Amino acid sequence: MPQRRGDVILFDRPPAVDAWAAVGGKKEGEGPLAAGFDLLFEDNRLGQPTWEKAESELQRQCMNQLLRRAGLAPDALSLVFGGDLQCQCTASHYAMRQLDVPFAGLYGACSTMAEGLALAACFAACGLADRAAALTSSHFCTAERQYRTPLTYGGKRTPTAQWTATAAGAVLLTPTGRGPQVGAVCFGRVRDFDVTDINNMGAAMAPAAAETLLRFFARNGRRPEDYDAIYTGDLGFVGSRLLLEILQVEGLPLQNHQDCGLLLYDRARQQVKAGGSGAGCSAAVLAAHILPGLAKGQLRRVLLLSTGALMSQTTFLQGESIPGIAHLVELLAPDVPV
Amino acid sequence: MNYFWAFCVGGALCVAGQLLIDLTKLTPARILVAFVVAGVVLSALGWYAPLAEFAGAGATVPLLGFGHLLAQGVVNAVNKSGLLGVLTGGLTAAAGGICASLLAGLLAALVAKSRDQN
Amino acid sequence: MKLTPQQYKPMVKAASPPSPLWKDCLWAFFVGGAICLLGEGLRQAYLAQGFPLTDAGTLTSVTLIALSGLFTGLGLYQKLAAKAGAGTLVPITGFANAVVSPAIEFKEEGFITGVGAKLFLIAGPVIVYGVAASSLWGLVWYVLRPWVG
Repeated sequence: MPQRRGDVILFDRPPAVDAWAAVGGKKEGEGPLAAGFDLLFEDNRLGQPTWEKAESELQRQCMNQLLRRAGLAPDALSLVFGGDLQCQCTASHYAMRQLDVPFAGLYGACSTMAEGLALAACFAACGLADRAAALTSSHFCTAERQYRTPLTYGGKRTPTAQWTATAAGAVLLTPTGRGPQVGAVCFGRVRDFDVTDINNMGAAMAPAAAETLLRFFARNGRRPEDYDAIYTGDLGFVGSRLLLEILQVEGLPLQNHQDCGLLLYDRARQQVKAGGSGAGCSAAVLAAHILPGLAKGQLRRVLLLSTGALMSQTTFLQGESIPGIAHLVELLAPDVPV
Repeated sequence: MNYFWAFCVGGALCVAGQLLIDLTKLTPARILVAFVVAGVVLSALGWYAPLAEFAGAGATVPLLGFGHLLAQGVVNAVNKSGLLGVLTGGLTAAAGGICASLLAGLLAALVAKSRDQN
Repeated sequence: MKLTPQQYKPMVKAASPPSPLWKDCLWAFFVGGAICLLGEGLRQAYLAQGFPLTDAGTLTSVTLIALSGLFTGLGLYQKLAAKAGAGTLVPITGFANAVVSPAIEFKEEGFITGVGAKLFLIAGPVIVYGVAASSLWGLVWYVLRPWVG
């Protein structure tokens, strides 16, 4: 039976990752993790008439890859947790039209992947789902036209701005198995540290990530050094630096921090300013880099914290600050004991 | 000679905008509104006309010039039609630019497509 | 967590790289200057053709707007603006770009409810406050006029 200690949920019988898939677009295919993707698209339109349809297609393709790798028919899935950045999460809903399976839609902004994975792990561990999947995506063009400005509009990005990934990631969990394991999860708390700069999401989300890490290490009986790497979703260059500074102040120095937004792209070569972002960022890096690393034994014990900024255009224009959240998933290599 | 000053004055006004973007918390939208209102004010004070005389397009092409255009239009209309000119003058002067942009937009919507920046 | 938002603020400021001011201003100066230079060239050409002063001015604006519309549609204005910043934002070509880009973008949401409704989404404030300011000035002028003569 899973156990709860504070905000941490520990699995005595860890659910296993049965399969995973990462799908990406043009810039992702030109980045350092390109080889880990199942499918890469040269044209971010994916042959669709609108960007919104393209993102749904991205999700659909990702799901197909996942089912192919798992050797499953679509209706074998017990439950899918999914979400994206579009208003009302329509990329996910419209993609799920084509899959006749129970679906629980989520909005965690860029923290959706860890949120979905954590929920899927809980359902699998409690015997409520034999095959629980988590699926997330983001698309540069849908994010840009919805949150910022039309794509042909001439604006200049600030050094703290991040690049929304055009990518989707999907993971399938079963109650037991031979793949990488989910040892524990920790759902985050919303934290608002008065950051109002909409171009500096990393700074807005770093406190939430710190909060989740502090609560995790307070109750799970381990130390940061016990992990090969602690991955955050998309704090980027600025947010990563702030996270380390905050944790230093709080007495939890990290030596093994990595950020998915900094892994997905080569900042020096690819003009992404502070790094990658988007719900699909941590999802794709999880499936293209972290899970393969665990499966091969290159990584034995890691943490993934997808980070989300929970404002809207409306709240921003009304002068509100930007709250953040970070959900945590502990991932172990197949043979590692919990 | 006008060419040289058109380049320099135009460039300088853009630099002023860039300084506001980089050094203040003002968003581009607010800065542009500030520029157009500043253009109206400078025109009202009688300072913009000499600048336009001196720098030509260097003063009229930047958004301050748009404010100057609006202000001049209102003065002409008030001189001609009295109080009613307060309502008709500005938009009349700007009509060419606004209508051209509007039509350019419609035309572009018919023939152009949204583009990925990746 | 012990940290307070007040303590966090200076940390954010220190960790966030500022915009490269010199580079930005040089780009703004040269690109903005060049667009104005182009405008002056057009204006002189129209004057040489015999157009009166105000018409030449209007024709210059309309030509620049048309060029901006073309470059916006080709996706080139965005590429230039990503480097030029205020150099492409401040000239009237920036205004045209702000009108044309939503027109192209929101086509999929319909010509009336997409293009029509959102045409002035970005440029609207400039028109609203420019006209409002000019109306206020007009009122002031109407009152001052008899004294100034």
